[in-house]
Amino acid sequence: MELLEAIILAVLAASTPLLLAASGELLVERAGVLNLGVEGMMIVGAACGFAGAWATGSTLIGALCGIFAGIALSLVFALMTLGLAVNQVATGLALTILGIGVSGLIGAGFVGERISTAPRLYIPGLTTLPFVGKILFGEDGFVYVSIALIVAIWYFLYRTRAGLILRAIGDNHVSAHALGYPVLKIRTLAVMFGGGCAGLAGAYLPLAYTPFFVPGMTAGRGWIALALVVFASWLPGRLVIGAYLFGAVSILQLHAQGWGVGVPSQLMSALPYLATVVVLVLISRTRSGGSTAPAALGTVFVPDR
Amino acid sequence: MNRKALAAAAMLLATGLGLGAAVAADKLKVGFVYIGPVGDFGWTYQHEVGRQMLVKEFGDKIETTYLENVSEGPDSERSIEQLARAGNQLIFTTSFGYMDPTLKVAKRHPKVMFEHATGFKRDKNMSSYSGRFFEGRYIQGQIAAKMSKKGVLGYIGSFPIPEVISGINATMLAAQKINPDIKIKIIWVNTWFDPGKEADAAKALLDQGADVIMQHTDSPAAMQVASERGALAFGQDSDMIKFGPKTQLTAVTNNWGPYYVERVKAALDGTWKSEDTWAGLKEKMVVMAPYTNMPDDVKKMAMDTEAAIIAGTLKPFKCPVLGQDGKEVECKGGDALDPGQVLGMNFYVKGIDDKIPGK
Repeated sequence: MELLEAIILAVLAASTPLLLAASGELLVERAGVLNLGVEGMMIVGAACGFAGAWATGSTLIGALCGIFAGIALSLVFALMTLGLAVNQVATGLALTILGIGVSGLIGAGFVGERISTAPRLYIPGLTTLPFVGKILFGEDGFVYVSIALIVAIWYFLYRTRAGLILRAIGDNHVSAHALGYPVLKIRTLAVMFGGGCAGLAGAYLPLAYTPFFVPGMTAGRGWIALALVVFASWLPGRLVIGAYLFGAVSILQLHAQGWGVGVPSQLMSALPYLATVVVLVLISRTRSGGSTAPAALGTVFVPDR
Repeated sequence: MNRKALAAAAMLLATGLGLGAAVAADKLKVGFVYIGPVGDFGWTYQHEVGRQMLVKEFGDKIETTYLENVSEGPDSERSIEQLARAGNQLIFTTSFGYMDPTLKVAKRHPKVMFEHATGFKRDKNMSSYSGRFFEGRYIQGQIAAKMSKKGVLGYIGSFPIPEVISGINATMLAAQKINPDIKIKIIWVNTWFDPGKEADAAKALLDQGADVIMQHTDSPAAMQVASERGALAFGQDSDMIKFGPKTQLTAVTNNWGPYYVERVKAALDGTWKSEDTWAGLKEKMVVMAPYTNMPDDVKKMAMDTEAAIIAGTLKPFKCPVLGQDGKEVECKGGDALDPGQVLGMNFYVKGIDDKIPGK
């Protein structure tokens, strides 16, 4: 039981950055914008988050620094793709390269520094419950925020008028524009939201996961988040399944190796990717059709004046 | 006609003054290819320290460049080619996976000198160099067996290549001498650098009962996890004591600087030759970080072992070495396994209850 508890705790920790970054990107893509710069925004969020927490000693301020750094970088993207109507794919890739460079620059002075890990929730009587206590009531704030965030995104997209408008813009920006909706303004807000989420996801790494900063510490998690959005067919529910499944298989394959299951570790390392793709594809097969990509995804919109 | 004669005279004069002067006026361009970021606080960081030593030593006689975060495989070939075309005359490629790409580029640029770390392939213009890291691992194995209360060691491997496998075997051979029943759990993360994954692997090992963590990956994540959990750990590549002041027992650190200085000097003098360098504790290419967080008797044992390895009286792979099946491994080096057997090691020794992935 103790081992199972430890495994679940590790799974939650490993899945949280993916869920955070993918949640933001899901909203961005639902608005019809493809921002491939998640990895870049994450790594800048990681550097700034660490800098903030190191300077103030506060995880919360570190997290906020991460969020603002992500937003700042996403504004560069918004300016290019929405303001100047530059190709989104190219800009997103450039944003990643820029982010990796900027984070290295910001973080250079912090390599080798340590901070204390993000505080964990503690509710007397509840956190000490056997087995479920630590899992439900003993996580760091990021875990709760990530779950609240994806629920809020689901509610926003499917239960509010603003969410309906955002989806409409993502499917057909010309019609939405003709109806009088401010396409570019809403898309800019969505991109900023996505940037903030990616920044927070990045900040999670040095603040809660491994409390130090090293350049390149996101190690491709931004790309996995991007892929999760696609394989979840742009649906929040499936995104949650995808993110936790990916996290779970990543952790379980490590344990399986420790137990000495005779499967080559190279295959084990590939399992999280395989399992996530297979499961999400199966889900979208069984339900009729499933949701497809927002129709206007990645296309440039220039309003006629 | 006149102009041609003048040029010829000038050329003669230049030859007369000696080529040496002409070369010295030209800076030697030295390039480095790194697998990780220079700030990884591990493997790449140590190579970067070596490069900085070059800059300090030779000043404006040389010009150094480095490319960081170059992944192994096709990407690396492009990067090495780029350095060669940019006029670098001496190129250090610092990861095992760069071996074949380096060899390919070396064949295309016969006048450029190449130095590949931790591999076994060479050419007329390509040297190989590596540390006998297993010597340090042997000391770690002894300390680990002494310090482990549960008798279970946790080992985080990167890729199942000979260098890592020989490290695991050296650890185990030393640990068995202290505690014949010692167990080792091995988790491969299939990456050199991913702090999150390394931390997850460390957590998994601790959760499965290991109480001393050793790693063959490049970030201090595992050290940090062990420190959080109150376990013990060994640093890797760099002294990681900062990340575990009460956790780090010692670390096998890599000291490339002196070698780099020697090779650049040879290149400047024109005496550079393709060679195979394999240096260890004795040559100080492998250096043990201070022995900390252990009782004095363990510390003394570690220091004695270190001295014995340096003196050559203790050989980590002393024959007979028994394979997993209990059969003796052929002893090609007289009283110990020969360098080729260690550099190409692809078997586990007896007592390791696991299988080499993909074998």
